[in-house]
Amino acid sequence: MSSNRPRPLSPHLTIWRWGPGMAVSIMHRAAGVGMATVGAILLVWWLVAAASGEAAYDSFVDIFTYKNGSLNILGYLFGIGLTATFFQHMGNGIRHFFMDIGANYELKGNKLSAQATWVFAVVATILYWGYLLGVKG
Amino acid sequence: MGTGTEIGRVRGLGSAKAGAHHWWIQRLTAGSNLLLMLWFLFSLLRLPHYDHATIVAWLSTPFAAVAMILLVLSVFWHFRLGLQVVIEDYQHDESRVVAIILLNFYTFAMAGFAIFAILKIAFTGGAV
Repeated sequence: MSSNRPRPLSPHLTIWRWGPGMAVSIMHRAAGVGMATVGAILLVWWLVAAASGEAAYDSFVDIFTYKNGSLNILGYLFGIGLTATFFQHMGNGIRHFFMDIGANYELKGNKLSAQATWVFAVVATILYWGYLLGVKG
Repeated sequence: MGTGTEIGRVRGLGSAKAGAHHWWIQRLTAGSNLLLMLWFLFSLLRLPHYDHATIVAWLSTPFAAVAMILLVLSVFWHFRLGLQVVIEDYQHDESRVVAIILLNFYTFAMAGFAIFAILKIAFTGGAV
């Protein structure tokens, strides 16, 4: 039984002007999928390496750092990439909590809060890495 | 219930009765993720070093070990629900069933490895 023969579609995805709400919506999904795959695999790899002893842990750390212990390009890519992704998903997740209780559906506020998630993600990422690299050294 | 059209086969049956539960658990774990991930990120910031001894000493404390296990349960449950919706949006018929089965295997295997690793560190202090 084929239950999914092509159905006629009304023109829906292509006729709308691209807006902030649509951008954060698809970004929320992309960020979630990214963290569920790349983020989760790195977390489990890190935990299993730590549980497997110092040698295994050091070889995990070696992938993301130079000999002197500072982060290499992969360390920065995954480190900053995952924290920025997390803060974007978190910001829009909090925005969704308000929409879940029926608030913030007004066009202006909805658009403004969508744009605010980008600002929050960038600022939080800069603060986090600024503290990690600048303050802690 | 007729066997003719697709709408005829499902008319009168009501909803699948599982949608609200999925929706609610997605929000519930979103809330616990928020608390646990902020704890995790601030804990990482506060660690003096990131070598094996420091990580193991930190994860050996009851508070960090339990919080980390709760984080894995909450985050992995949340992403399992989220990825299910993604699969349901883009995959249909047989490939949808296969993808959701693989998603379940992926989630439980990853959670198994993560929780065992945390418990081993907590109970043995990282001794091999």
